[in-house]
Amino acid sequence: MEFLTAHFVEIMFYTLAALTVASAVGVVAFRNPVHSAISLLASFLFVAALFVMRHAEFLAAVQVLVYAGGIMVLFLFVIMLVNVKRLDPEQVFLSGKAPAAVAAGVLLGALIAFGYLAGSLGPVGPGPEALRMVDGAVAGNTEAVGWLLYRQYLVPFEVVSVVLLVAMIGAIIFGRRDAGLEEGGGRMEQ
Amino acid sequence: MDQPLYQFLIIPAVKIVAILAVLLLVVAYLTFFERKVLAYLQVRLGPNRVGPKGWLQPIADAFKLLVKEDLIPSKAERFVFLLAPCLIIVPALLVWSVIPFTGETTVFGLLSEPIPAYLTDINIGILFVLGVSSVGVFGIILGGWASNSKFSLMGGLRSAAQMVSYEVPMGFAVVSVLLMAGSLSLVRIVEVQREAHMWFFLPGILALGIYFICGVAETNRNPFDLPEAESELVAGFHTEYSGMKFALFFLAEYANMLVIGSLVAVLFFGGWLRPFPNVEFLAFLDVIPPFFWFASKVGVVIFIYMWFRGTFPRYRFDQLMAVGWKWLLPLSLANVAVIALGILVKNHLLKG
Repeated sequence: MEFLTAHFVEIMFYTLAALTVASAVGVVAFRNPVHSAISLLASFLFVAALFVMRHAEFLAAVQVLVYAGGIMVLFLFVIMLVNVKRLDPEQVFLSGKAPAAVAAGVLLGALIAFGYLAGSLGPVGPGPEALRMVDGAVAGNTEAVGWLLYRQYLVPFEVVSVVLLVAMIGAIIFGRRDAGLEEGGGRMEQ
Repeated sequence: MDQPLYQFLIIPAVKIVAILAVLLLVVAYLTFFERKVLAYLQVRLGPNRVGPKGWLQPIADAFKLLVKEDLIPSKAERFVFLLAPCLIIVPALLVWSVIPFTGETTVFGLLSEPIPAYLTDINIGILFVLGVSSVGVFGIILGGWASNSKFSLMGGLRSAAQMVSYEVPMGFAVVSVLLMAGSLSLVRIVEVQREAHMWFFLPGILALGIYFICGVAETNRNPFDLPEAESELVAGFHTEYSGMKFALFFLAEYANMLVIGSLVAVLFFGGWLRPFPNVEFLAFLDVIPPFFWFASKVGVVIFIYMWFRGTFPRYRFDQLMAVGWKWLLPLSLANVAVIALGILVKNHLLKG
């Protein structure tokens, strides 16, 4: 009991991290695409829980709202609409993409090793308090994220929104290609 | 008893049990209320056989659903089929942890110190509600898919498109309230309305309309009940569900209606505050417990829900999408811009 209360944060972190990784593995290991999607949903929710552990409540809420509530719904919508069949065993997991998988694994290992080495020399980046600091004073995570996004990183933030706009316009053009071009002038028939 | 145990375990546990008990009882009687309201709207009597004037009807219904045979279709995806009702009921109950029913209360003088009547007040309250209730849609989609029935799948697909579309203008309607309140905490939003001497429905009348329309769509109620659409899809996403699992879908729908009603009350009508909370000569109204004001505001919203169901025809699917994306979304964006401008002007006038 004493051990539990003393190491509560560590125990929670490693439990949640293990569950996140396990459900992420499930995404690629399940044969049925809908089961994969459910696994991905679980992974998103566990990541949100990890955000809460780091006192980033705003990020946790946005993680659930955007990824779980928005993107996953669209994923499922597409999976059901195009009715993806169960995959054959040889098509799942490392099906003929072993070199790519090995390369990705080595890179990830290097990243973890680098993080570990850098961490052993001293703290990396600002501590968790930075997630709550506004103008040198302690405030909520929401205010801290707002200050970072709209002051320090305003230009990158706006550039990213332009990139998203380009992607959206591209999707619309692809979607309308058949309807417009043959009828001349690119105008849609009503 | 040591203090932390009492504070962090016993009090919340008592509150959770109380909230769930009241919520489930209210939901049971909402079904009765809805049948009665619909009956009177259609000039008939409604349920009036079980108990005095039919008052025991919900108990009989619950008992029937409990003992009814619980079927799982043989070709259904068993695990997902069982998961779906859990996925819809858990978020529907979870959001009640942050809904502020009243401010601090002594429970009619039973306690020596006032305790907050709500379970918790977190600083991302409204985001928590939006996020958690957006997970509820998975119950509908996955339930529709796992049933292995065309009607259910159609219902699930419609629901996915509808919920994603209407979440966007709903979020913008909430944003315009947040601009006025300057906080995401639901308790704080109510207190700001007391300090501002004004409930937010006055400056936010458009946001209120958008929020309520989207709320009706999010809970899949008429005129946006396309995921069920009993005249086209049998019963939509829950066609294949029976017994207690069907009851969970039903329960979640009513719990979600109550959530929307509570949020309308909290965001736009001052939550548990009495009318004109700062006017002195109305102070005699304070003998009425604040919970009464909250409950009556929610009750009015719920009645409007039932009124809608009794009077409106269902939208066609393309009309539904057009209303969401072509009307509500631009309107809600314009509303946010106007309110932001209004706040800017007001702050500058006050300063200068």
